[in-house]
Amino acid sequence: MAENREFFNRRLHSLLGVIPIGLFLIQHFVVNHFATRGAEAFNQAAHFMEQLPFRYFLEIFIIFLPILFHAIYGLFIVFQGKANTKRFGYYRNWMFLLQRITGVFLLIFITWHVWETRIAAMFGETVNYDMMASILSNPFMLVFYILGVVAATFHFSNGLWSFMVTWGITVTPRSQQISTYATIGLFVVLTIVGLRAIFAFV
Amino acid sequence: MSEKTENKVIRFVVTRQEGPDEPSYKQEFEIPYRQNMNVISALMEIRRNPVDAQGNPTSAVIWDMNCLEEVCGACSMVINGKPRQSCTALVDQLEQPIHLEPMKTFPVVRDLQIDRSRMFDSLKKVKAWIPIDGTYDLGPGPRMAENKRQWAYELSKCMTCGVCLEACPNVNDNSDFIGPAALSQVRLFNAHPTGEMNKEERLKELMGDGGISSCSNSQNCVQSCPKGIPLTTSIAALNRDTNIQSFKSFFGSDK
Repeated sequence: MAENREFFNRRLHSLLGVIPIGLFLIQHFVVNHFATRGAEAFNQAAHFMEQLPFRYFLEIFIIFLPILFHAIYGLFIVFQGKANTKRFGYYRNWMFLLQRITGVFLLIFITWHVWETRIAAMFGETVNYDMMASILSNPFMLVFYILGVVAATFHFSNGLWSFMVTWGITVTPRSQQISTYATIGLFVVLTIVGLRAIFAFV
Repeated sequence: MSEKTENKVIRFVVTRQEGPDEPSYKQEFEIPYRQNMNVISALMEIRRNPVDAQGNPTSAVIWDMNCLEEVCGACSMVINGKPRQSCTALVDQLEQPIHLEPMKTFPVVRDLQIDRSRMFDSLKKVKAWIPIDGTYDLGPGPRMAENKRQWAYELSKCMTCGVCLEACPNVNDNSDFIGPAALSQVRLFNAHPTGEMNKEERLKELMGDGGISSCSNSQNCVQSCPKGIPLTTSIAALNRDTNIQSFKSFFGSDK
């Protein structure tokens, strides 16, 4: 494997996007969704996550390092492509382009989001319902967070589709068609969950 | 169509360049309409009387062609924005003015003529053949199942025309991606009962730099292939094969 660095990196990039990053995204959205049950429920859920044993180990190896690799190698992949949707306006070609646009946007959004919450927590701020409510009371930040959620659910759903091609799970055109429908469904469901959580803070 | 017959001319906008490193420019042509023309017969008309739409004498437009029946792939060019063979591009079915451009994914030799050498180099790289030479008669090889032969035949229709490379967003100056055509040929030769004996070598080549992992599933190739080759099915099947091969290589296997 070591002699095929590009092959290994591309496969690792694809794997990390789903395991653990995709799973973490779902977990994150589920915890956020507690906000729909009120401030108290959200604070309890967030506090539970903060109290998990081996917290720093989990954060570093399940969240930070995988996202860091996925983001940096993803940028490298972006620069290898030249979008041509103007000449070839096919559905999958648009997905190809949107995957890159959302990826770059997410790099900016997640950096800001981590800075504003996790890094702020390191400097002594408390991450709770009130913190999010005050961030989202700014209309600009509200739009920024809505775009961030939609970009994340799109990037994950479409990435899951190409994950299944990359790993040789969906080979036939029919299986790829059905997985297109399934991942569109996943996109809709996750977007609803994510946006409901956001509006619970408004 | 009746409208075109009344005009009695066909208008062309051709992207030209004098040589490989020369700047490109557009030139307009008007040629008399005849029934059932294809782009090549129109280009021959320009060659017969190389005068542009304004009446200025110019050099004849250079292009590549060979079989004239869409099996050799030599006459590929970008016609009204889409890469395809100019021999099967019928003038009556094209919107005017007809825009002709070279497939710039490849080095342009002159005007519409391009150099597709990289595709043939790719075929050598992935060993797209079945080695049967030896110092003595090896006898007949294993037989191929008929149902397998039928789908493998579809893959063998590839004429190395370059349309899939022109359509692919990941084949460009920033990437060394080998492109869909050569990938699908690996699937073809790995499917053959004798070719299968060198399956591992071909897969390992695809796992190198610019190999199969440079595909990002835009699927423009399968939409554009003039022969209807299931290129994306080939790529997904080879994704599975190369993944299995990488595990075999790392953890060990006798097969």
